[in-house]
Formats: sequence, C-alpha cells, structure tokens
Amino acid sequence: MLSKRIIPCLDVRDGKLTKGIKFKGNIDIGDPVEMAAFYYDEGADELVFYDITASYERRDIMIETVRKVAERIFIPFSVGGGIRTVEDMRLVLLAGAEKVSINSAAIRDPGLIAKGAAAFGSQAIVLGMDVKRIPPSQQIPSGYEMVIDGGRTFTGLDALAWTKEGERLGAGEICLNSIDADGTRKGYELRLTKLIATNVSIPVIASGGAGAMEHIHEVFAEGMADAALTASITHYGTYTIREIKSYLHEKGIKVRMTW
Amino acid sequence: MNLLYSDSCILYSSFTMIAIIDYKAGNLTSVQRALAFLDRDSVITSSVAEVLAAERVIFPGVGAAGAAMFDLMRLKLDTALVEAYGRGKPILGICLGTQIVMERSEENQTRCLGIIKGQVLRFPEGISETGRSRLKIPHMGWNRVNLKREHPVFNGIDSQSEFYFVHSYYPAPRESLNLLGETLYGIPFASVLVSANLVAVQFHPEKSGRPGLRLLSNFCMWEGKDHA
Repeated sequence: MLSKRIIPCLDVRDGKLTKGIKFKGNIDIGDPVEMAAFYYDEGADELVFYDITASYERRDIMIETVRKVAERIFIPFSVGGGIRTVEDMRLVLLAGAEKVSINSAAIRDPGLIAKGAAAFGSQAIVLGMDVKRIPPSQQIPSGYEMVIDGGRTFTGLDALAWTKEGERLGAGEICLNSIDADGTRKGYELRLTKLIATNVSIPVIASGGAGAMEHIHEVFAEGMADAALTASITHYGTYTIREIKSYLHEKGIKVRMTW
Repeated sequence: MNLLYSDSCILYSSFTMIAIIDYKAGNLTSVQRALAFLDRDSVITSSVAEVLAAERVIFPGVGAAGAAMFDLMRLKLDTALVEAYGRGKPILGICLGTQIVMERSEENQTRCLGIIKGQVLRFPEGISETGRSRLKIPHMGWNRVNLKREHPVFNGIDSQSEFYFVHSYYPAPRESLNLLGETLYGIPFASVLVSANLVAVQFHPEKSGRPGLRLLSNFCMWEGKDHA
C-alpha cells in the first residue's frame, strides 16, 4: 500500500535557506545542503526546493546547490522557481533533481508542460499552483483563482479548470499551494485540496498552512491529498518528521516508518 | 566468516567496474551518484564492448518501452545485454530496465528481451484500496516489498523498508521462481524479479534512501548466484 508522503519545502534565495511568511519578511535560516541532509536522516519522503530569487536573477548558484544536495541525499527532490524553458529543466534534472516544478511559466506558456513531459517524462514535471479564494463567478466557478508571481498577479484562470488542463498537457503531479492558508499555521485549505485531489488522477501535494500535526492528518483524511508539504512546522523544530509520522501512523494513515 | 567475506569484498572492489547502460532512457546520473557515494566506480556507456568488458551491469531506464527497445536495438545493446546475462555477469535491472527484460510489454505493444518469461501489463483503471477511492496511476511514491524468500541482494534490509516507485506498467512473470518480491497497489504485482545472475527491481534503489543504497551495495558485492 502506498504511503502518504511528508515533504519539507526549503525556500532558497542566493543559495541560502529562507522561510517566507506570506511571501514577505523572509528570514535566513541556513545552508540548504545541510538542511537537506538533516531531513534525509530524519525520514522526509521527498524534498522540495523553491528558488525564490530565480525569477529575477541568475540561476547558477541554484544549480550548484542542486548538485551538492544530490551527492548527499538519495530520496527524490524537486526544484521550482524561475524554470521557464526545457533547457532550464534539463540543467536542474541533470544536476540531480528528480522533478522540476513549474508555476508562473506554465500559465504564461502552457506548452511548456507538454514539452517538458515529452522530453523528460510526466513523472519529472510538477505543476505548481498558487491559488487564492475569491467569490465564485462565471469566469471562476470554483471560487479559486490562479495567481502568479508569488501571489501578486491574478490571472483570471479558474484553479480547477487549470488543474485539468495541466493534467491533460502531461503534468505528473500537482503541488497545490493556498495563498490564503500559507504562513497562517492554521491548517491546510481542505476544501480546495479535496476539490483538486478528487478531480484529477495524478497525485496532489497539499501546501500552505500546516501548524499542527492535526492539520497534516486532516489534509490526508479529509483533503484526500497524496502528500503534504511542510515548512515552519518542521523547520523550527516544533515537530520532528518522526513525531509527525508516528502520530499519523497511530491515526491509521499509512506512512513510511522505516528508513 | 562474515569478517573474511567483507574483507575480501573490499579488496576486490578496487578493480570492480560497473557499466550503467545508457540508451537515452532517462537520467542515469542519479544511479552513478549513488554508486559514487558507496565508493564504487562506474561508467555510463552505450558501448557494447564496454558492457561486455564490465564485471557487472546496471540496466536502468525511465520512459516508454517502445522507444527504449528501439534505442537498445539501434545501439545493439539488446544483444549485448542478453550476452552479458548468458556469461553470468551480475545484472541489476531498474524500473523500465526491469520491464524490458520481460518478453513483451503492453506499452506500445513492444517485443522485449525475453530474459524472463512473461508480459508487462498496465495497472487496470479503477483499482482501489480497501474502502478508499480510486487509486492513481502512475503508482508513485513509497511502498513495501514482500520478499518471497531470501536473496543476497536484499541482505540486511529490514522487511518493513519502503522503496520509491514511479510507474504505470508492471512485470507479470509467468513462472513463480522468477518472482522474488511482491508489492501491493490495489493488486499485488511483481516488484522484484530474479533469474540466475539477474535481479530486476521495479522501484528506484538510487532514490530509496538507505535501504536502496544497501541494495546497490549488496549488488556490487553479489557474485551473481541465486541460492534458491
């Protein structure tokens, strides 16, 4: 039986680790390579690196970070942030990442999903989605709108329609981030997660809002997520991955307990 | 006894050469990186001569069976692999490599190497786990392997260990003696196959943490004999 995955997300800026609270006021908390090795030892099932600066600055530092991480940890990890072309994807994958995550670039150029999937396989292409709750309308019937550029730009795209389009184009996985829940530590956006997870046949990683172990249980049991992204809940030592997994295991959620 | 065994392995390891077969099917650097972490030299190659000269062979792969077989045949690596197998070299198949050792794949209706008898099938639509919604395809993530019996390549690996899978098709060996390990995903499927000097795993040991590294390390020391 497949295990639900716990995936710490490491935000990286200029080769250093940060944690964004609602994408503002980032605080530097250290070296991403050391943090990756720490999480690998702790039993993380996968890691996500998000290069916050990549959209605006050079990417060479990130590629070097990816290479160093790949020499140290032997679980899958994905890299997102500023990936705009198939060549960007190739560099990150060759440096040792298992998957690339595309977000704003996929909305600007949906063909990038298909091109990436054709070149590297769907399993390598994660569609990152930043979603904001709005009043339902004719244009946005689900009441969830896609936003880009770190939450600054509304796109007029319905999140559910975009998810289905992403799957059709060849995305292998969805990383679903709720802008409303992100940084609140009050729990994942369960309604959104369930809406997306039950309407696609590819795995959905829930992101944004984890502040307690109950939240992670909820997002699996009620949100129907396949994986849960964690940030501050694990970064600042509130809970260890083992504590979270033991809790989930007791609650009857299948997680990987031996590593 | 154990000490002697491990000592001799360390001695021999210095001139072990592992060929990782390159047939343009996916990213091979992660396999090489895992071997480097284990202090094992390897070469990524599409040369028939290098494959036949290697002491052992790793046959990985990500992608579709049809394109993979096409490239293997174009590079004459199909016959090289069958010959390496016939010569008794230890061979490790990974993911698509594991499917390619079968006779035939449903994916692109592909005729494969036929080292192990049986077909490669697609997970049926609409399978589910007890009381849950439909299972997603591909089978992606961590899952257990129930070993049918002991094998040197699984030495020292906890039976509760999980491995990282990404696949939509699975091998279905015709003969039970080729079935070494089984995994449950709605249905039980063969996740580890064995035939003499060949072990083939559907998961990615290079992405499966310590149990995966242990498997690769065991493979590097395995003399290619199945004691069943």
